[in-house]
Amino acid sequence: MLQFDRLTKTFGANTAVDSVTLSFDKPIMVGIIGRSGAGKSTVLRMMNRLTDASSGAIRFEGRDVTALQGAEKRAWQSQCAMIFQQFNLVPRMDVVSNVLHGTLNRQSVITTMFNLFPQADILKAIEILERLGIAEHAAKRAEALSGGQQQRVAIARAVMQNPKIVLADEPIASLDPMNAQLVMQDLRRIHEEDGRMVIANLHTLDTARRYCDRIIGMRAGRVVFDGTADQLTTGAARDIYGADESFSEAATSTEIGTLDRTYAEALSTDSVPA
Amino acid sequence: MTDATLNAAPNLRRMQDNYLELVRRKRMYGGLILIIFISVLVSGFMLADHRNAGGFWDGILNIGSFPSEVVSEAWANRANLPGLMWAAIPSLIETVNIALASTLVGALMGGVFALLATRGLARWPRLIGLFRRVMDTLRAFPEIVIALVLIYILGPGPVPAMIAIALHTGGALGKLFSEVAENADLKPVEGLQSVGASWIQRMVLGVVPQVAPNWLSYALLRFEINIRASAILGFVGSGGIGYELKTSMQWGQGKYDQVVAIFLVLFITIVIVDQVSSYFRDKLVKGH
Repeated sequence: MLQFDRLTKTFGANTAVDSVTLSFDKPIMVGIIGRSGAGKSTVLRMMNRLTDASSGAIRFEGRDVTALQGAEKRAWQSQCAMIFQQFNLVPRMDVVSNVLHGTLNRQSVITTMFNLFPQADILKAIEILERLGIAEHAAKRAEALSGGQQQRVAIARAVMQNPKIVLADEPIASLDPMNAQLVMQDLRRIHEEDGRMVIANLHTLDTARRYCDRIIGMRAGRVVFDGTADQLTTGAARDIYGADESFSEAATSTEIGTLDRTYAEALSTDSVPA
Repeated sequence: MTDATLNAAPNLRRMQDNYLELVRRKRMYGGLILIIFISVLVSGFMLADHRNAGGFWDGILNIGSFPSEVVSEAWANRANLPGLMWAAIPSLIETVNIALASTLVGALMGGVFALLATRGLARWPRLIGLFRRVMDTLRAFPEIVIALVLIYILGPGPVPAMIAIALHTGGALGKLFSEVAENADLKPVEGLQSVGASWIQRMVLGVVPQVAPNWLSYALLRFEINIRASAILGFVGSGGIGYELKTSMQWGQGKYDQVVAIFLVLFITIVIVDQVSSYFRDKLVKGH
């Protein structure tokens, strides 16, 4: 279904993503873990075509999406939704309009400029918001919502695209543990209930373990781990993060249960990666 | 998703209906504004066309005749152009001088007015309205009117033109500067207040560094506008390149090559100002 074939991205002398080769045969939920700067974001951005690949290919259902241009590229982007760490909504527009932006690829410029979205789309947008539990904020401006609510609006925009793949770039890194859990559950639901493939960059091990069917570990642009949650031992995790014996999973946890002194201390020393 | 529509909870229905009502109202307002806009545009055009001596539809066909006469005559005498351009340089320098001096004076005035008239920054918050009205007044009078009055009092020359443009610039830049300053972050100002800084110190050290790039780019844009304004003021007797333009542009003197030379010199000046200003603005924004 989806193959990465020696996918590489260089920025000048730096190699951000180094010959990544992966294969997925059915829509599953994938978690990519690794330190900041390991190339996780670049992989997702190349899939969504926000960044162009230097070499290699991404094949989706047999078609190389890294070669698409113009209208074909935009059509692919609408098939492959993206969720960002900082939500990337239009702050001064209301929540429903932001969700309706998910349909932009099939709307004409006139429809967009005069905000004349079809009634069926408006109803559907509110349904999706209802499904994510934020329909009562429908008419508010996006900037008036809390971070967790804004991220769920961003998920609603992604679902509105009716995509085959949902990419999430550190979706919970800006959220408190409570909202992080809600957002991860929503991502899991759109995988399980709608059968969409979800690929999420995560910076905490336990989130990846708990929600993902398959975990990819990246270090310095290369894939260094590829397996299930059970196969991800503490030793393997130390390898991915290049950490020593003092590394423990609690240090990267966002679970409410582990929100104790260790976590608080870890947070104060280990700032959230960009 | 279609199943969900059929079994929609009454709550969802209500929210959907509310939002659709909102959308309908917004679209109605949008449509009304569009109709008003178009009718104002059309009626204004009709009125102007009716009042004009010639009429738009009769005149539109001749729109190219004057420029083509100018260009063809200048092309015939193209050998004269470099010499004429060179001859226009002294009066150009006078024009640019007027523009530069008035932009500097006007920008300083505008900066002071802006800080005094911005909510959250003003020294005397109650007087914000007063300072705003002063800026409105400065903007309300066209430069040419102020210049004519001053020429009457002070006699013809570049000084009345400079004062006239500076006053207008002060009003215009004051408004723009104030809008920039409104968006400035107040935290550094509060920090300076906490150490006991005076109002002037707070403004100079807390606000000006934040707003400097935007202020500079507005001031440089104003400089370009002022070059053109001081050229126009030459028409009413303040010297500079405008005076040359006025004498050469009169019909049937066979001086159209001089007109083209002056326009070329003005165009080149504006381009140079634009390039130089974007270079310095980049430097300021990115830090040295």
